[in-house]
Amino acid sequence: MATPAKNAKVNPVSAQTQSESISDSHKKTTHDISGAEIVIRCLNAEKVKFVFGYPGGAVLHIYDEIYKQNGFKHILVRHEQAAVHAADAFSRSTGEVGVALVTSGPGATNAITGIATAFMDSVPLVVISGQVPVPAIGLDAFQEVDMVGITRPCVKHNFLVKDVRDIAATIKKAFYIAATGRPGPVVVDIPKDITAHKTAFHYPESVEMRSYNPVLKGHSGQIKKAIKLLLEAKRPMIYTGGGLVLGDGAAELVKLAQTLNYPVTNTLMGLGGYPATDKQFVGMLGMHGTYEANMAMQNCDVLIAVGARFDDRVIGNPKHFLGQKRTIIHIDVDPSSISKRVKVDVPIVGHVQSVLADMNTLLDLEINQADRPIKNDISDWWSQINEWRSVHGGRYEMSDTVIKPQYVIEKLCEVTKGEAYVTSDVGQHQMWAAQYYKFDKPRRWINSGGLGTMGVGLPYAMGCQFADKDAQVACVTGEGSIQMNIQELSTCAQYSLPIKVILLNNRYLGMVRQWQEFFYQNRYAESYMDSLPDFVKLAESYGHVGMQITKPGDVEGALVEAFAKKDRFVFMDFITDQAENVFPMVENGRGISEMILGKSHEEKK
Amino acid sequence: MKHIISILIENEAGALSRVAGLFSARGYNIESLTVAATEDVTMSRMTIVTSGSDEVIEQIIKQLNKLIDVIKVLDLNDGKHIERELMLVKVKATAPFREEMKRMCDIFRGRIIDVADGSFTIELTGSGTKLDAFIESLDKTAILETVRTGASGIGRGDRILKI
Repeated sequence: MATPAKNAKVNPVSAQTQSESISDSHKKTTHDISGAEIVIRCLNAEKVKFVFGYPGGAVLHIYDEIYKQNGFKHILVRHEQAAVHAADAFSRSTGEVGVALVTSGPGATNAITGIATAFMDSVPLVVISGQVPVPAIGLDAFQEVDMVGITRPCVKHNFLVKDVRDIAATIKKAFYIAATGRPGPVVVDIPKDITAHKTAFHYPESVEMRSYNPVLKGHSGQIKKAIKLLLEAKRPMIYTGGGLVLGDGAAELVKLAQTLNYPVTNTLMGLGGYPATDKQFVGMLGMHGTYEANMAMQNCDVLIAVGARFDDRVIGNPKHFLGQKRTIIHIDVDPSSISKRVKVDVPIVGHVQSVLADMNTLLDLEINQADRPIKNDISDWWSQINEWRSVHGGRYEMSDTVIKPQYVIEKLCEVTKGEAYVTSDVGQHQMWAAQYYKFDKPRRWINSGGLGTMGVGLPYAMGCQFADKDAQVACVTGEGSIQMNIQELSTCAQYSLPIKVILLNNRYLGMVRQWQEFFYQNRYAESYMDSLPDFVKLAESYGHVGMQITKPGDVEGALVEAFAKKDRFVFMDFITDQAENVFPMVENGRGISEMILGKSHEEKK
Repeated sequence: MKHIISILIENEAGALSRVAGLFSARGYNIESLTVAATEDVTMSRMTIVTSGSDEVIEQIIKQLNKLIDVIKVLDLNDGKHIERELMLVKVKATAPFREEMKRMCDIFRGRIIDVADGSFTIELTGSGTKLDAFIESLDKTAILETVRTGASGIGRGDRILKI
């Protein structure tokens, strides 16, 4: 931080540049500068802290300007997919817009999986891609791909900039579109010649778009109706999703839920939206949700959905779900998410934080004005829920000889006091992390819920660690997923990221194996992982710490030891039970109350 | 049920493909699509004829509104509206058929806009069903070629789609 005293000492030349940067110069120039420099100035005007990227021919002018600036830090990844995932996790963990920079052609196509992942989970990103020079577009030039065409189905919006004078306004729009309404990734494709052309720079203060005006405030009449329904409910249920986390509405939700004393469930994307250790929390719902959450979801009479979208992994078969009569209130910023899979009775379109705040105000007013308790007595409903709680309760069979994956997560939660950023890949380990790590805060649980992208875990951990360099960051992964972006061990070494990889190594693509066991009569087609590397040696070859843990008795000690190495990247290879399955489970196409609870529970019945 | 959806959209490169891509990606069907710039050249007006249940149509309208370039969307079937389509038909018009073709054209209030030795080209405007009826009433072997624009629609009276 520059102090005034320091400023006084600098020589006249740098004092001038100093005063220029203090004035509007980062938003305006009187002389012409190159398109590449404009890109940099735009990112600085947006106060971007990190750009995750990988250089290449079409973006060399931009990289040359990156070399000359120090407004943001560029993070060199080892594959463009990881650049986008890291930017995505940076955004998920901070709420700021993530930024990635890739070159044309293969750089752009490598970024697609990252962009689609962010799109499915509504994460605000600006992805800048290089493009071949304008005169070469359409001529099958070297490293040419129609980026605007290829990303169209998986972005919120995209732009091809064909004039240097449009760069600043386009980037301003890109940030605005990415962050407002239902957030999402925006691609800005910039041809190489445009980054060499020169013009005066002016960064617009604000954006006006006649075609894009996201709704903020919810309709007051609908909100009143919702409060009335909630107060009359006999078996109420609060169901919140990723929208509550992304919309920063968790605090308002906690207030609403606790004023009402109603049960709360979170979706996979919504974990942390309500404190997991609170007594009103009934756990995650859905395909691998808790028994109590799914039963309460199915049997409630008034359901309020907040930033959730009734997805197929959450409510199972919609026909079965609608077989039970209930009144549904749905708050979402995106009107197209309302009444898409399930018809709702009281739709409220608006920003979740603002709508929940309005609801709280109204509720307080009702409570203060009433001369008698305004709430229904729902103690019967709570006793029913507590009965359901005891049915499965997240119990699993413990073993003295083989490490149970659930146990590793429980210990991870204890050792990190439930305060770590936990990223995961996709599969069984993801579900166990979601079930057994208790998230009390939003933006701590980072995973690919919508697209289910294997390989996100390690780059996600990078994004979180860059965002908060002193935080504990754990990447829970499997030996299948980790190998999909294993090259990022190198990036982690370059930037000395003290991430802890928790590899639940069962030598199977576990979730595939589980489905093959249940639905394909144990025909394990291509789900066994052979020729695995020695992960300890692999980690060490990058200069990291590697550990292999094979005995249940060593789990806790190893975790304590690893997290004590505060400045080291530790790769922990836990050799876990090969046959363990994720329970409860709702079979594809079944209703959410039709759960398989696992062998031991079936036998007890 | 058939619906005619009118869209005002920014007149920018790629705007059409965003709409067409939305329909194909989400499995909605397009019976016809017409588009051209409006009197304000920064905007295009698009008419899409589609079909689906009420729920599907509701989703189509919501998804269209979600596209950043889309300024306004109107389901013309929500009120009174007029629908017109233009068709050009090239028909055989050799000596024995020439008179008959002329008569048919007159009955449907079409116009012969090109006359050649063995053929007429007939221009016909009307609703889609009227154009269908004209094709039905012709001897199939007499039709050499047809081209249709797809429907354009507009609300009646005070129903105006404008910004």
